[in-house]
Amino acid sequence: MSQPVLEVKQLRKSYGSEVVLEDISFSVPVHTATVFIGSSGSGKSTLLRCINLLDQIDDGSIVLDGEDITAVDADVDKVRRKLGIVFQSFNLFPHMKVIDNITLAPMKVQGISKEIARENAYKLLDRFGLHDKAENYPDRLSGGQQQRVAIIRSIAVAPRLLLLDEITSALDPVLVNEVLSTVRDLKIEGMTMVLATHEMGFAKQVADEVCFLHHGKILEWGTPAQILEAPQQPETKEFLKRVHEAGRL
Amino acid sequence: MSNEIGRPSESDSGAAPYNFGGVWVPSELEIARRAARRTRNTRNSIIAIFSSIVVIGGLALIAVTSPGWKSLSDTFFAWAYGVEVLPKIILGFGTNVTLTLIASTCVAILGLSIALIRTSRSPALAPFRILATLYVDIFRGIPMLLVILLVGFGIPALRIQGLTNNVLVLGTIAVIITYTAYVAEVIRSGILTIHPSQRAAARSLGLSHFQSLRYVVLPQAFRRVTPPLLNDLVALIKDTGLVSILGVTDAVRAAQIASSRSFNYTPYVMAAIIFLLVTIPLTRFTDRTLRRSIERQNATGVA
Ligand SMILES: Nc1ncnc2c1ncn2[C@@H]1O[C@H](COP(=O)(O)OP(=O)(O)OP(=O)(O)O)[C@@H](O)[C@H]1O
Ligand SMILES: [Mg+2]
Repeated sequence: MSQPVLEVKQLRKSYGSEVVLEDISFSVPVHTATVFIGSSGSGKSTLLRCINLLDQIDDGSIVLDGEDITAVDADVDKVRRKLGIVFQSFNLFPHMKVIDNITLAPMKVQGISKEIARENAYKLLDRFGLHDKAENYPDRLSGGQQQRVAIIRSIAVAPRLLLLDEITSALDPVLVNEVLSTVRDLKIEGMTMVLATHEMGFAKQVADEVCFLHHGKILEWGTPAQILEAPQQPETKEFLKRVHEAGRL
Repeated sequence: MSNEIGRPSESDSGAAPYNFGGVWVPSELEIARRAARRTRNTRNSIIAIFSSIVVIGGLALIAVTSPGWKSLSDTFFAWAYGVEVLPKIILGFGTNVTLTLIASTCVAILGLSIALIRTSRSPALAPFRILATLYVDIFRGIPMLLVILLVGFGIPALRIQGLTNNVLVLGTIAVIITYTAYVAEVIRSGILTIHPSQRAAARSLGLSHFQSLRYVVLPQAFRRVTPPLLNDLVALIKDTGLVSILGVTDAVRAAQIASSRSFNYTPYVMAAIIFLLVTIPLTRFTDRTLRRSIERQNATGVA
């Protein structure tokens, strides 16, 4: 089997005396999606931030394409160029039009010419039905449209791995679907992804592997069917029961 | 707040975004409402105009009919003399304008540099951060007049070869030193108001620290600090008058010379009017910019 895109080994992360992540190990093969579920505060966002090197880890290592990105001499900027991340709150740049939000990194980071960057951006906007929003500023878009632009912006640099952190939790239920179908399209096209989500139905659809995070530890992992339909651990059962009661399954 | 993103601003809530096919005709109710609104607006304008005439006219009448009015107007409003000395004052004002242009350019560059140093986290810049903080603290806390005196009279007293004794140059330097401290603080506070998630988003796209600043943080920061910076510009124009203390013949000094020759204070009033001709439009412009920027922030505030 070929080398996984991402390999996390015995990762540990704490904020002060509070241990947020402990003994986290998993790997993400190419073209697959690994989905993290778990209650609020279980450490999902922290894990994604660590992978993106926005937070410093306390122990363990993170290997991207066979390269230890947590090594002391790792080039942070270079690593980030291989990673795309979309946050819970869509951090579009409010002073730039949609099209400029998307072309900024390709032009400034990858050195692609303006014409080609715009052409590529329009192709992506076309594909996700946002062509007519290209010249708008982000505040003129609906939440769902903004989040889709954020996704397009992060895949415009052709990342090796896309990190998506609860990208629908700030959205109306109606808008959730348009964003999720965008992610499903990416999955079909073979994008390798790590996601954190509260949408179990969605996890079932896109995940190749589901990991249940509980108090900073991976308590249980497996295929969506194993974890979501036949969980073994009492905590997982309890969590899924609560999610089910909240009507999100 | 989950930053920067919000609902569309008021301005497009009026226009119907969709075309439903039919032609819309306002209802009876809406027509009545509009008529009532018009009547109310007209009535409000009439009241405003009338009350302004009464109050301002009344005050003017009291001033003009008061016993001291004659000597007051002879001392301050001798227009014939005022017009006579006007060319000299205007010539002097040219110095204020030149000084403002040169100083504001230098202040913009130096203020930005100091703001960037103070907001940087690079360990190599640590000593510069300390120096910059010290500089800002000191020169924001000293009356500018003192800085002008210290630089304008102090530096020539050193009698160092090659250093200028030109009071205009020294005065300009003193103004720059003081205003750089103010402006650096304004810009720094603007940078700090940009939510860290914006920088995080830029960095996660692979932009370097410098690129994130250049393309994401600074453009947004500048929009926010434009109104306070314009305020500082108005203040700078006025404060250039302070260098007259060094003997620079600016508008203030020209007025002082003219007035001391005749024991009449009209030249000062003329100088004041000239300053106002520049500062009032600029102040109005600042107000408008501020209003716009508040509207924009409300439109793109909390999501
Ligand atoms: N910068 C920080 N400083 C201190 N503690 C933090 C910080 N960021 C997160 N934490 C703590 O780490 C724990 C995990 O937070 P994290 O944001 O990763 O949770 P999460 O699983 O993403 O939750 P949610 O589903 O609500 O987004 C929480 O207890 C939180 O209080
Ligand atoms: Mg989270």
